[in-house]
Amino acid sequence: MSDPSLRKISLDGLWHNNPALVQVLGLCPLLAVTNTTVNGLGLGMATLVVMLTANIAVSLIRNLVRPEIRIPVFILVIASLVTMVELLMRAYFFELHKILGIFIPLIVTNCVILGRAEAFASKHSVGHAAVDGLMMGLGFAGVLILLGAMRELLGSGTLFAQAHLMFGEFGHHLTFSLGSDYHGFLLAILPPGAFLGLGLLIAVKNIIDARMAEKAAAAPAKPEAPAAAVGDEAAV
Amino acid sequence: MEKIARNMLIGGLILGLFAAGGTALVAVTQLATAERIAENQRQALLDSLNALLPPGSYDNAISEDTLQLHVPELRADGAPLTVYRARKAGQPVAAILTTVAPDGYSGDIQLLVGINSDGTLAGVRVVAHKETPGLGDAIEAERNAWILGFAGRSLLDPVEGKWGVKRDGGVFDQFTGATITPRAVVAAVKRTLLYFRDQRDALFVPAAQEAKHE
Repeated sequence: MSDPSLRKISLDGLWHNNPALVQVLGLCPLLAVTNTTVNGLGLGMATLVVMLTANIAVSLIRNLVRPEIRIPVFILVIASLVTMVELLMRAYFFELHKILGIFIPLIVTNCVILGRAEAFASKHSVGHAAVDGLMMGLGFAGVLILLGAMRELLGSGTLFAQAHLMFGEFGHHLTFSLGSDYHGFLLAILPPGAFLGLGLLIAVKNIIDARMAEKAAAAPAKPEAPAAAVGDEAAV
Repeated sequence: MEKIARNMLIGGLILGLFAAGGTALVAVTQLATAERIAENQRQALLDSLNALLPPGSYDNAISEDTLQLHVPELRADGAPLTVYRARKAGQPVAAILTTVAPDGYSGDIQLLVGINSDGTLAGVRVVAHKETPGLGDAIEAERNAWILGFAGRSLLDPVEGKWGVKRDGGVFDQFTGATITPRAVVAAVKRTLLYFRDQRDALFVPAAQEAKHE
């Protein structure tokens, strides 16, 4: 299989085939931890690291592994990487790990990661697989952070609360608050807020896509229509 | 037939090799991080204990001077109650008990209850809970000053009948929209104080002496 252009891989990961908004994969951690921006950022970074390294590892071993055992081998690779990330987090981001706790091991079962390993990394060269892992990870982390920021701002009236868990002393300066008069919109922090928030984000993305498609149709000279990019991922 | 068996064997071998490789990597990482993780855990425990006791008020290794007791009325979850003893020059200063409030709105609320040797509360902190975010989680010290209000209280202040939330005729505030959570915490703190009053001397028996005792 020929490698797609790096530009296309990047756009797919970040937008056209975004793991959270288009593939709608990995929802369990996505919905569960995004009640604050920092939680979203923490899990997003952990997932990004695992995705990047898993894609590289899977691409490196793609010619060694027989098709019939590839899934268990990929899971083994991913599970080892996740355990290593978890240990490193406990060593260097202990407080954050206490909050994200059970969701870190659950990255193993995040279908985005196995999905990219199987659909992309096992068929492409290391460089392309790395870019795909990075961009898919960024796309996933971006949605985690955005959803976390939305829910935190609405629900608690703050942004980047507890950022010191990740950034040390500097984090205290990042925290933004609407002030103590804001009593919070509880629904946004509770699980229904996660579903509503993700639904809104998907809707907004679809509106933007529709606008872009309209523009592209109005100016047919432009060769690259976003609809085509979405279409060819259906084969994955 | 033979070909299938051969393929299975090779597949199994490759899988085994990857399992061994993955395990080796994890083992190396664990070895490299174990010391730091243990240090983090010890520091986190010390930080939460020091939040209740002013530094310098004791001079022993509080995180090691502990008792493990079976006290069902304070640990409905069946786990042992850990008692951290703070001493200065060998004299009892305070004890910190790992009480659990079993009757929160959703499950156990794990507490650290610090009691000075004279029976007044050094302070109370929530270690872990599953209460509703935005309502019951006001028991966390980072979110609300409510839990700090226990410091200095004792079984005489307020008198025993007033140890409850205001809705139950007590002196402690409940939260808007959440009564069950503070009620559970207040009740657990009171039980801990009663237990401490009855067991005070036994709780401060030095570890060495206690070992002889057994």
